[in-house]
Amino acid sequence: MSGTRRTSKGTALSNIGSYDERLKGFDWGIAREILGWEEGDLLNIGAICSDRVCARDGAGKIALIWEGFGDRKATYTFDDLRVYSNGFADFLVGQGIEPGDRVCVFMDKIPSLYFSFLGVLKMGGIVQPLFCAFGDESLEVRLASAGTRAILTTQKHVRKVRKIQERLPSLEKVIVVAGDESKLKDGEVFFDVEAALRVEEFESHAAGPETRSVLHYTSGTTGQPKGAQHVHDSIWGQVLTTSWVLDLRDDDVYWCTADPGWVTGTSYGIIGPWALGITQCVLDSGFTSSRWYQFIQDNRVTVWYSAPTAIRSLMRDGEEVAARFDLSSLRHLTSVGEPLNAEAVVWSEKAYGLPFLDTYWQTETGSIMITNFPGMKVKPGSMGKAFPGITAALLDLRTHEPIGEPGKVGLIAFRPGWPAMFREYRGQDDVYRSKFVGAADDATPDELRTNEDLWYVSGDRSSIDADGYFWFVGRDDDVINTGGHLVGPFEIESALVEHEAIAEAAAIGKPDAVNMEVVKAVVTLNPGFEPSGDLELSIMNFIRKRLSPLAMPQEIEYVEKLPKTRSGKILRRYLRALEWGEEVGDLSTLEHD
Amino acid sequence: MDEIKDVVLEYVIDEYVEEDDMEVTFDTPLISSGLVDSFSMVSLKAFLEKKYDISIPDADATPEAFDTVNSIVGIVEKHKS
Repeated sequence: MSGTRRTSKGTALSNIGSYDERLKGFDWGIAREILGWEEGDLLNIGAICSDRVCARDGAGKIALIWEGFGDRKATYTFDDLRVYSNGFADFLVGQGIEPGDRVCVFMDKIPSLYFSFLGVLKMGGIVQPLFCAFGDESLEVRLASAGTRAILTTQKHVRKVRKIQERLPSLEKVIVVAGDESKLKDGEVFFDVEAALRVEEFESHAAGPETRSVLHYTSGTTGQPKGAQHVHDSIWGQVLTTSWVLDLRDDDVYWCTADPGWVTGTSYGIIGPWALGITQCVLDSGFTSSRWYQFIQDNRVTVWYSAPTAIRSLMRDGEEVAARFDLSSLRHLTSVGEPLNAEAVVWSEKAYGLPFLDTYWQTETGSIMITNFPGMKVKPGSMGKAFPGITAALLDLRTHEPIGEPGKVGLIAFRPGWPAMFREYRGQDDVYRSKFVGAADDATPDELRTNEDLWYVSGDRSSIDADGYFWFVGRDDDVINTGGHLVGPFEIESALVEHEAIAEAAAIGKPDAVNMEVVKAVVTLNPGFEPSGDLELSIMNFIRKRLSPLAMPQEIEYVEKLPKTRSGKILRRYLRALEWGEEVGDLSTLEHD
Repeated sequence: MDEIKDVVLEYVIDEYVEEDDMEVTFDTPLISSGLVDSFSMVSLKAFLEKKYDISIPDADATPEAFDTVNSIVGIVEKHKS
C-alpha cells in the first residue's frame, strides 16, 4: 500500500505511512510518543488539550477560529484556551462542584462550549455535552439518568431547563454563560468567562486512566437513551486516530463540522486535534453550501471532517457552486456518521479533486475503528479496514461465530480493550453486558472491557471482501440513523403516545436521499380524532419541541391497528420491512385477528 | 401578499423562536442563522402546504428558499398561482 498522499502543495508522506507496516508490532504507546508524554506526567484531557500545548511552545498558536452567523468572528490562541478553561474550572469549584460530578454543557457551538468542556475536565468533573436542539423532554431524560449536578447553558436555551428543573432534584446549579444577565431567574447564576478575571493558574485534577471524563448519551432500540461513559485514558486512542486517519500536522487548519453534542464533535472536534496542538475552525450557523464553501475559502481549511448528509446536500447543489470558491487549500477529506455512498466519494473527487474517505466508529467506541487511510486504495462505498490495534471481525448472525468467508454478511464486532472504549452504560450494567458475546451473567463492566476472549458487538452489519475491506450493510436493530445521528424508536414512541390524539405508535426509519433515513410514525388514533393536515402538523411540532427536530416524524401514517406479536409487542421490524420493500422475515409470532 | 407575510412571520415566531424577546423580521435569516434547524423545514413546509392548500416540490424546498419570511412567501406565491 502506498504511504503517499495528494496535497494541494505536492506529494508528501502521510502520518501513518504504510498501513501494513503499522500493523506490525503495533502499540498504543505510540500515541504517548507523539505527545512526548511520559509516565508521571499529568493525565487530564482538559490540561493536555490546553496547558500542555502551551508548555510545549504552543501558547501563541491559534487554537480556535470561530465564526457565528453574520459577521461574528473571533480567534483564540492556545493560551486563551488555557486561561478560559481555567476560568470555567475555577468557577465551577467555587460553585461547589466536585470531581466526579456530572456537568452538562448545553449550548450552541459558541466558544464557551469549548472552554467549558475543557474546564469541567480540568476540575475533575464528568462533562455531559448535549445537543442544544434537544427539546425539554429529551433533556430531562438525559439529565435525570446522569444525575447531573450543574448545567452550563445560554439565555437562548435556559427556558427548556426551567421547564424541567423542579423534576430534577440533583440539578443544583443552572449557569448561564451567554446572553442578558438581567433576564436570569432566581437561583440561576451568570458567568461570562471572557469578561471575568483571567485565571492564569489552575491546578488540574490529577486524573487516573480510569477517571471518568466524557458522558455521551446514545439511543438504542429499547428503553431510554443510555449514557456511554468514557475515561481520560481515551485520549491515546483519539490522538493516534487523529494523527493517522485525519492526518493532521502542525500547519493544518482543520474543520470538524460535527456538533460536540455528539461524540464526533468531542473526540475529533476537541480532544484529538487540540491534544496535538492543531488549529481548528468552528462555524456556528445553519447549513448552506455557499456559506460552508466561503468558510473553507476564508480560513484556508486544509483538512475537513464532515458527514454524508452534508456531503449529499453539497452534491445536490452541484459542482458549479463549489467552483465559485477557492477550495485549493483542502488536502484531506474524511466523513463519519453513516455509510458514505460510492456516488458521494466519486463526486467529491470531481468537485474538490479529493475523495471523501469514510470512517466508521460509534459513541461507544470513542475513536475510529474501521476506516480508509490516507494513501490507501479507496474502494468507493467501502468503510475501509480496521485501525491498527483494533481486532475487528464479522460474527455469524445466528451462531455469533467469526465468519471467514468473503462477502458473507455478519455483525461487526471488536475484541475489547482499546483505550477509548466506553467503560459502562451509566447505571445499566445489564445493558452493557448484553453488548458482549460470550459474557458471563455476573461479569462486571471492568471484567468485560478487559476480557480479550469476548467480542463487543456493534449492532451494525457488514461484509468483508477478499482484500479485507468492510462494506456496510445496515443496522441489526431498529435504531434510526438520520443525518448521521442515532434516534431511538422507543423514545419517539413514548413521546408520541403523550399526544392527545394518539393511542399507539411505532417509529421507524424511512429512506431519504439526503439523510439516509428520516423518522416515520405509524399510529392509531384515540376515539374522536380523525386524520387531517392539522393533526399531522400538530404531531410533528409536538415531537420536534419535546424531543428534537431530528426525532420529528417527517411522515405520519394512520392505521386501524398496529402489527404485534402474540405477547403484544409492536413489530417494528415488519413495518420497516414494508417501508423499505424488504423481505418481512419470520412472522410466526405475529398476532392474528 | 402582506397577509401571507404576517401569517408566516407569526407562525415562525410562535413555533421556532426560543428566545423570549428576539426580534424576527421579514428578512431575518432563519435557516442560515440556525434559528430554524434544517430538519424543521419539513414542518414549516407542511404548515405552508396545509394553510395555503399547495404542494411544494422537494426541489423547491431548499435552505435558501426557506431562509427568510420574504423568500418563503415567494415560494407560496409561486405555487398558489
